[in-house]
Amino acid sequence: MRHWIEKQRYIIDFTISSLLRRKVKNFGLLALYTLIVFILASTMFFTYSIKKEASLILKGAPEIVVQKIVAGRHDLFPVSYIDTIKKIRGVAAVESRLWGYYYDSLVSANYTLLTPPSNGGAADTAQSSAKITVVESESGGQPVKPLFELGGAVLEPGTLIIGNGIARLRNIGKGDYMPFRAFDGNVMNFRISGTLSSQSELVSSDLMLITGEDFRKLFGIGNSHVTDVTVAVNNPSEVEMVASKIRKRLPEARPIIRDEILRTYDSIFNWRGGMMIVIFSAAVLAFVIFAWDKASGLSAGERREIGILKAVGWETSDVIQMKFWEGAMISLTAFFTGVILAYVHVFFTGSLVFEPALKGWSNLYPNFELTPFVNLEQLTTLFFLTVVPYTVATIVPIWRAATIDPDSAMRFTGE
Amino acid sequence: MIELFNVKKVFNAGNPSEFSALNSVNLFIEENQVTVLKGPSGSGKTTLLSIVGCMSRPSAGRVKLKGREITSLPERFLTDIRRKTFGFIFQQPNLIKGISVLDNVMLPAYPLGEKRSHLKNRAMKGLSELNIANKAASKVEWLSGGEAQRASIVRALINDPHIIIADEPTAHLDTKLSYRFMEIIEKFKSEGKTVIITSHDPLVYESSMVDRVVNLRDGQIEG
Repeated sequence: MRHWIEKQRYIIDFTISSLLRRKVKNFGLLALYTLIVFILASTMFFTYSIKKEASLILKGAPEIVVQKIVAGRHDLFPVSYIDTIKKIRGVAAVESRLWGYYYDSLVSANYTLLTPPSNGGAADTAQSSAKITVVESESGGQPVKPLFELGGAVLEPGTLIIGNGIARLRNIGKGDYMPFRAFDGNVMNFRISGTLSSQSELVSSDLMLITGEDFRKLFGIGNSHVTDVTVAVNNPSEVEMVASKIRKRLPEARPIIRDEILRTYDSIFNWRGGMMIVIFSAAVLAFVIFAWDKASGLSAGERREIGILKAVGWETSDVIQMKFWEGAMISLTAFFTGVILAYVHVFFTGSLVFEPALKGWSNLYPNFELTPFVNLEQLTTLFFLTVVPYTVATIVPIWRAATIDPDSAMRFTGE
Repeated sequence: MIELFNVKKVFNAGNPSEFSALNSVNLFIEENQVTVLKGPSGSGKTTLLSIVGCMSRPSAGRVKLKGREITSLPERFLTDIRRKTFGFIFQQPNLIKGISVLDNVMLPAYPLGEKRSHLKNRAMKGLSELNIANKAASKVEWLSGGEAQRASIVRALINDPHIIIADEPTAHLDTKLSYRFMEIIEKFKSEGKTVIITSHDPLVYESSMVDRVVNLRDGQIEG
């Protein structure tokens, strides 16, 4: 056993010196390999973490959202429907919401305007000057991120609280004014009374909080309608049942269950991550071809070296072991360097490189730090996606090189 | 010690470029003697040497080493015999560039997994005996022709082989270095080693220490 260990040490030492003797070729290979691992690992880390992040945030979302549908399109929700829903057994509370989109042609961006809870109800505008801090309760024992935090900013008529994305895009902040063109063509000026916390920027980057009264004035919506309503259910196992009762009693209403939203988010980010991996699989394939070429295209110097080793008493298996260690050193170094760089890239620099492709299409990219979520399954998958193709691509050429006749060293006459 | 019976070696068999390098060679090489295989280029000297040294197999015929048939042994057994029994000195020093003289000298012993300190001591002793111990840490590309030749001799001896095989060892050496080489061969002989040399250099085959000269021409032994 001691002899075997000592032999491996000799072979590893010799392999390291061989790698260093061909610095340019090997560092080139290592750099390319690391880049491939970096790209794939970044995509995996990002997709997985953003899904986790979104699901944690959305756990605080309402259990059921009810919309009115006209001709298959989302329409304004009549306030009179709220009583019908309240009468359904199992419903704990019904809250109306006012929200919508506003297109800002100046920066070509869409903002999401929302009236905060307890401020959007048809007749709740009187409370609008109250100091609001939204803290969501814990759900299922897991801490849940609040959808937004006002951090003490006061929302009153004529004011707005804006997401960080908007603040960055328009280069505005607390105390500044922002003009809006109302539904009737009049210009409405709002003062910014604060910005939203960056903790939940994934969903609040393009968000604007506005009082119900101002919202109605801006979009011309009367007191008899709201955008939609949220429904809280006493028993979580009855959510499906309550949703089906709403459908039965209000045929033109569409109840959306929170789990459906989570599934949608999941599939959106799976799709984006998958799309990135499909695009980069071409890069992986190119790398495998490159590795094959590098390994099979042994230089005359390398062939001669193998010939000498065999002539002085190295077996074919010793040469294969040497090449195995060479491949292992390159692939493991590239794998770990790529994974560490990807970790730093995704969790410390906010995915600087892939941000546009992975986060969305908006002009208002959320700017937030992802909480690192890495699981072993991900790393194992990545290992098999990168290290195994490289090993397979190099094994045949290595075997071919190792079977060079030992007497080739005797035939060599040039130096 | 080494016996060859009807040894033939054919390259590219079955192809239009088929070439017969050795034709029915019968040879007996005695122990503790210096044998020179002499002949012009293309006479089959190197091919014969590579068969004797277990580097290649004959196309036909048998080879015996100390009475043991080795022709049909699998590659790893043949490698083991080659490693422990033979020391090779090539026409060119065939040292590996980019690593030190000491590392080059120790290379044949790596697969045996010997303790590093023991191996290093042995290598340094060998380098001292040939007066190149001061070059142990130097890279081989910095050596002169004679130093490189001596380094390759130390490498050939690192596993303490019984038989030294040298292929045209003086082909790239000047007269002085060639004489120096023959002195080293004499020392091997005095230590009880068997030496087989291919050469068409008179300085080698006319040397007084040579016990036997075998003439080869067109793949056959003359006389």
